[in-house]
Amino acid sequence: MRIRKAGRQERAFRFLLFSCVPAFLIFLSGSLSAEPVVIGSKKFTESYVLGEIAKRTLNDANIPAEHRQGMGGTIILWQALQGGQIDAYPEYTGTIVQEILKSTDAMAGAVIAEALGKRGIGMTKPLGFNNTYALVMLRRRADPLGIRTISDLRKHPDLKFGLTHEFLDRQDGWSPLVVAYGLSSPNVAGIDHALGYDALRTGQIDVKDAYSTDAKIAQYDLVVLADDQKFFPRYDAVFLYRLSMNEKAIAALRGLEGKISEGTMTRLNAEAERTKDYSQAASLFFDSSPGPDGNSTRLTSRVSRSRGGENLGHKLVRWTTRHLELAGFSLLLSILAGVPLGIWASRGGGIGHLILGFAGVVQTIPSLALLALLVPLPFFGISVRTAIVALFLYGLLPIVRNTATGLQDIPRGLRESAIALGLNPAARLWQIYLPIASRSILAGIKTSAVINIGTATLAALIGAGGLGEPILSGLNLNDHATILQGAIPAAILALLVQWFFDLLDRVLIPKGLRL
Amino acid sequence: MTADPLVQLIGISKTFAGAAAVHEVDISIEHGKTTVLIGPSGCGKSTLLRLIIGLLEPDSGEIRFDGAPLHTGEIDRIRHRIGYVIQEGGLFPHLTARRNVLLMARHLGRAENETVSRLSELCALARFPENLLDRYPLELSGGQRQRVSLMRALMLSPELLLLDEPLGALDPLVRAALQKDLKEIFARLNQTALLITHDLAEAAYLGNKIILMNEGRIVQQGLLTELREKPASEFVTTFINAQRSLAVL
Repeated sequence: MRIRKAGRQERAFRFLLFSCVPAFLIFLSGSLSAEPVVIGSKKFTESYVLGEIAKRTLNDANIPAEHRQGMGGTIILWQALQGGQIDAYPEYTGTIVQEILKSTDAMAGAVIAEALGKRGIGMTKPLGFNNTYALVMLRRRADPLGIRTISDLRKHPDLKFGLTHEFLDRQDGWSPLVVAYGLSSPNVAGIDHALGYDALRTGQIDVKDAYSTDAKIAQYDLVVLADDQKFFPRYDAVFLYRLSMNEKAIAALRGLEGKISEGTMTRLNAEAERTKDYSQAASLFFDSSPGPDGNSTRLTSRVSRSRGGENLGHKLVRWTTRHLELAGFSLLLSILAGVPLGIWASRGGGIGHLILGFAGVVQTIPSLALLALLVPLPFFGISVRTAIVALFLYGLLPIVRNTATGLQDIPRGLRESAIALGLNPAARLWQIYLPIASRSILAGIKTSAVINIGTATLAALIGAGGLGEPILSGLNLNDHATILQGAIPAAILALLVQWFFDLLDRVLIPKGLRL
Repeated sequence: MTADPLVQLIGISKTFAGAAAVHEVDISIEHGKTTVLIGPSGCGKSTLLRLIIGLLEPDSGEIRFDGAPLHTGEIDRIRHRIGYVIQEGGLFPHLTARRNVLLMARHLGRAENETVSRLSELCALARFPENLLDRYPLELSGGQRQRVSLMRALMLSPELLLLDEPLGALDPLVRAALQKDLKEIFARLNQTALLITHDLAEAAYLGNKIILMNEGRIVQQGLLTELREKPASEFVTTFINAQRSLAVL
């Protein structure tokens, strides 16, 4: 019967709101189950590779381990380590001194270890390579000029320098370097790191800054100019780990001390960037480290690009599923909280302004900053939960605002008719006000959904996965194909979501409003 | 008239920002009569109607419905005994004509067969074609919408019908037809009604008693002839002359 129809719409609303709650709770409880040793890594190639090496080392020692790739920067990983969301991650002594211990002076290894120990964190001895800033030149350009050290640059004031903006701005970067080495009026330009290599190759610049284990050093046949004045602080790679981690795991990690030379690391980095496969690159380390086989045979055998067992299709499914989980659950929370808040806000007054104001302020916090703010909180940390909560907060404003506006825009005559008929407040809301405002509310939900699909790519920064994973590693490797593996599905998802909601409009917006 | 009036407004005052105030108003609405409130825009006539249906609360004075003072606590039960029609109809756009009319009966859980027969009765009464019942308000003409709105107001057989310029937005032909139908309906149902209009001819045609208001106060009440022949003030004459009919020209 026709008459029953609006009842069905109302039920559909309620169903949508309530049916997903249990699903969400199940989801949360699932993410709380027992954990193996968790290795974290920062979002750049070398850190990924070291993370893989650690995981494999632990696995070889029969210790279950997982690797959360590319979780973000130093602060996020350090907090995750302290908070126990991860058990270990690769770090550099220079970074520990400056960013974690906040010291301006160099510190000896033992002093660093002691300072960390007070915070419940242990540090392995250096793994064997120093990844510090360096100045590099093309070998074929440096050799004829006889340049081997940074001091040698003094003799060639006409050389062109192309330096990254970061290096130019750093307190321990270019300016003090010029003073320390007494370089005279050098010809300097700021240039993007990746583009700088091309500029170097084509001779537009002669000298650029790099990391001493940069994969490009081998690729472009560059020389690292010796830091003869010992200007750059040491960035010896180490593993940081929780002192409470089990002893076998600590022993296994310490087994890596002094095992990875600069040459090896540069080669592993190059391999990772070439194959886009970190575990493949990491396995190269195990193949080439002392064992029955020589390393050269293994080097050729892995050229067949079998991607560590998981093909692209599987990965896409995994990324997309996770992506939908992230965007979907956060959207659901945004709806569950946003619609009631919007109803509340529509009544105006101080609380209404407060609600709209809060939702607006959340929206202005940059997403990265919001993630960084949430990570240190007890309940959150490096987890899917944090990503969902951040997305939830972002999704709130469009829903709250559209709900409030939709309700406020109901003409006074209709509002008063509903009251004058003698409908009770609940019936007025469910049968009259919400259906009339449904178009506006759904438009808000649609906006949130599409924004969420986009913003969910940032979840990869805190190791929550999703289509942001390939985008991040692609950015990191400067590899467009990998970026597109994430970007294209994300764009398609956004379109599908849009299309799905257009369809939903027809089910949920009463026909009388669509005439 | 021996029976008490259905509604009594005793010394009602209401002042507030943004709407027409009323001052010390006394009105009686008699059973079975059509009382018409008339006056220029902003004279407070709509405010009075909204006070009676409880959309507003008076600052001072008392409203009695069927002998008992109006209480906010049980206002919904009183509202079920009052029908309310506004100028734009106030039909809910997401509900069909049928569901608009049946909304309250269903909300109150009235028996299905009763409401269905009541609906066809109302269609006949309001001259609304039954085959249009499943249309949405936007699919109906202005006159049809007002007929549906009237049916919705009459659905629960209200003791009092409040009409706030119900014909204000209609073109003259439709308006004339509806005036005629309204008069018939009121007579047939012996309906107590309070109607707001600013058209004196409409007031005279439909009303048993005309209450002329200005600036929140009652200026004069009675029949049109009384207003014309014994005007209580200069304003009454001015108001009546401002609405000369074509015949006078």
